[in-house]
Amino acid sequence: MADTVQPRDAKDVEAAVQWALAEGKTAEIVGHGSKRAIGRPAQTDLTLDLSALTGVTLYEPEELVLSAKAGTPLAEIEALLAANGQQLAFEPMDYAGILGGVAGRGTIGGALAANVSGPRRIKAGAARDHFLGFYAVSGRGETFKSGGRVVKNVTGYDLCKLIAGSWGTLAAMTEVTIKVLPRPETEQTLLVRGLEPARAIEAMTSAMGSSCDVSGAAHLPAGVAVRVEAGVIAADAVTALRLEGFSPSVAERKRMLEALMKPFGELATLEAPGSRALWTAVRDVAPFAADRSARQDEQPLWRISTAPSRGAELAAMIASAAQAQMFYDWAGGLIWVALGACDDAGAALVRRAVAAAGGHATLIRAPASVRAAIDVFAPQNAAVAALTKRVKESFDPRGVLNPGRMWAGV
Amino acid sequence: MPAPDQAVLARRESIVAALRAIVPGEGVIAAEREMRPYESDGLTAYRQLPMVVVLPETTPQVSRVLAFCHAEGIKVVPRGAGTSLSGGALPLTDGVLLGMAKFNRIREIDFANRLAVVEPGVTNLAVTEAVEHAGFYYAPDPSSQIACTIGGNVAENSGGVHCLKYGMTTNNLLGCELVLMTGEIVRVGGKHLDAGGYDLLGIITGSEGLLGVVTEITVRILKKPDCARAVLVGFASSEDAGECVAKIIGAGIIPGGMEMMDRPAIHAVEQFVHAGYPLDVEALLIVEVDGPRAEVDHLIARIEAIARSCRALTCRVSTSEQERLLFWAGRKAAFPAVGRISPDYYCMDGTIPRARLPQVLKRMRELSETYGLAVANVFHAGDGNLHPLILYDANKPGELERTEKFGADILKLCVEVGGVLTGEHGVGVEKRDLMPAMFSEADLKQQQRLKCAFDDKGLLNPGKVFPTLHRCAELGRMHVHAGRVPFPDIPRF
Repeated sequence: MADTVQPRDAKDVEAAVQWALAEGKTAEIVGHGSKRAIGRPAQTDLTLDLSALTGVTLYEPEELVLSAKAGTPLAEIEALLAANGQQLAFEPMDYAGILGGVAGRGTIGGALAANVSGPRRIKAGAARDHFLGFYAVSGRGETFKSGGRVVKNVTGYDLCKLIAGSWGTLAAMTEVTIKVLPRPETEQTLLVRGLEPARAIEAMTSAMGSSCDVSGAAHLPAGVAVRVEAGVIAADAVTALRLEGFSPSVAERKRMLEALMKPFGELATLEAPGSRALWTAVRDVAPFAADRSARQDEQPLWRISTAPSRGAELAAMIASAAQAQMFYDWAGGLIWVALGACDDAGAALVRRAVAAAGGHATLIRAPASVRAAIDVFAPQNAAVAALTKRVKESFDPRGVLNPGRMWAGV
Repeated sequence: MPAPDQAVLARRESIVAALRAIVPGEGVIAAEREMRPYESDGLTAYRQLPMVVVLPETTPQVSRVLAFCHAEGIKVVPRGAGTSLSGGALPLTDGVLLGMAKFNRIREIDFANRLAVVEPGVTNLAVTEAVEHAGFYYAPDPSSQIACTIGGNVAENSGGVHCLKYGMTTNNLLGCELVLMTGEIVRVGGKHLDAGGYDLLGIITGSEGLLGVVTEITVRILKKPDCARAVLVGFASSEDAGECVAKIIGAGIIPGGMEMMDRPAIHAVEQFVHAGYPLDVEALLIVEVDGPRAEVDHLIARIEAIARSCRALTCRVSTSEQERLLFWAGRKAAFPAVGRISPDYYCMDGTIPRARLPQVLKRMRELSETYGLAVANVFHAGDGNLHPLILYDANKPGELERTEKFGADILKLCVEVGGVLTGEHGVGVEKRDLMPAMFSEADLKQQQRLKCAFDDKGLLNPGKVFPTLHRCAELGRMHVHAGRVPFPDIPRF
């Protein structure tokens, strides 16, 4: 069992990394550990637990900006924003359901390090798009900062983008600044029932190509839709389109969208409470939650990002060769695929399909032995792999921070 | 700038010949007269003829040019349309100027996936023009959009007046093809969202041509909003205008555009454009909302009410598309309008926390008196991006130097109040030496280490962004005290 140290402040984090560096030790960086089961299994000498670095250090609602220590609970930040009529527009998903953890955990640092997002990704972007600045300790044991506290800034390289989605392999963040946005006054969801995936993607493409300003577009095939406990318990496939904003605007766009969707199938509407519940279920991948059967954590779960127009074809390639259940978010561009238990977690099949259609796939859930044996993140060609390794070394030349979490040797 | 490499200059003829073997015909320009148009970019105070200009047409040519320069230790400066306001494309006397203007094709328009695949020499406006027949547009709209290229937009992470709502360039890209200094060709992203590994696209965007040369870009396109309306509001003070901006955002409204001008800017513009701006106000605000008709009408009414609660002296709502465009015509002509009343002007580009605006304007007026130079302000009020225009006459001895000092003081002031040196124009050569006002030595060294990961010999656009150049070997050196650092006093479990 790795030694766990819990720094009290940024200075402690720097001291801990310097010590690890001097001793030739490696360190796993964790906040609440809510996404710890994602990636290649860690075998580090030390666990650097940043969950004691808490507290919102700056919040100016009218400037749309918030700064917090990296270990601040995401739930605390979301509650503070909600009390001020604001939100994190990137709609961070909660992995607890699919990974079998406790709901509502996770830190702001973890959300940024994993570049989380949700259904609103298609309109508002991912965590990366809202990440304005940070302080961090590099694998060299040096404290550095990037960005600032203003939303428009091109001073120096945009290291926020690189740190977002680097899964703690480049630096240990100690304090972050993010852009926050107004929470929509209301929302409604238009449902289209009974569509096959290819037809559903046509419907979603048509909706996204309209001026209805759709902020969520998901398709739950029959058999998956029934698993969503959101007032839409349906035996049939459901295609859902979310509209958010000021009431008069939502009402007008709903009329426009109904006219557009009428030719596709039978329509129904979810009012705000049902809509919120549905999109939380889609965001957190409720249909494939781990607790539905004791054995499901053995069943691999893939997250695939592709061009929306290729989504149905990619899914069909996988479904033709394996026992698979899947649903689509991001208008068809995000596919969650749950496979039956198999040796390589279906990697060969999934990678082949993704190579044909374009995009990338991440193995989000699989037993540790499988994650240790195969690539969890998208395999890279030689040039990109070499560049990735050089980027890692520019921050962490001795491989102290989360070594091997994303790829062996990185 | 880095000291010219005499050995490279001595080999100029053979270098030119080698480049001609890679890029045939008129793609290599070595005659002084023909290189003249490339001697500066939008920051015309700085001029330098390059050693040679190369205008490749294909990715393999770019790759071979860079591989050759890497092997030979020759510096390279990439250039799009040359509209940079920070000297990002300023040539080097011993460097190749790599012009990307011939990469001017739109390779693919994919309405189903709402994207376009374009070459870097395509102008910003041309992307919108290529998709507008289907009701789409490309959101980032820097004021140079008629001339500036997408490749340059990627390098500078360009913004525009609509970025509070629609984001900067970095929020509107999906992928790119990039040639590294070694000549290696790397594809990043594609038609899908987010990176499968490190967000290399995110780090390339805004890297000011220091990390690689982009040869293809996939941009997101958006459906045009059904309608847009604007409100023109005059205030007796910048405090009142600032309060109005804060209250609009506080009400949960993110306008498509929100621009502020101070009295000198209003007067210069009104004389030039006759947009009907009120002249007896200290601050003028243009607030535009876009979307479906019902939303726009609803929000315009709310914004009017907020403006009146903030003691607006005048408040005009556009009643036609023509009137809306007239409101904007003034703002968009602000720079040339100032150019009319002064022989020269120097455009600054800091960003500040919005609430500090009155304090910054007051200090700027004091500095204006100290330096004896007038200043007019236009301000992207929504996101705090301030463009002070310093009025000067380059023909008066010492006035340019005084202007630059005044400008530096303004940018330092922006950093002091919690802002940054540049919101959208880039660091380039212009703000390079001010970087230590915002970043520590450790911050800057970490950024330069990242550059080493892309360009180990420091040949791509050196002399820009970073005040001090370090060798990669020196930056990579570590001082590890093996076994001699005691375990720190940190809680352990």
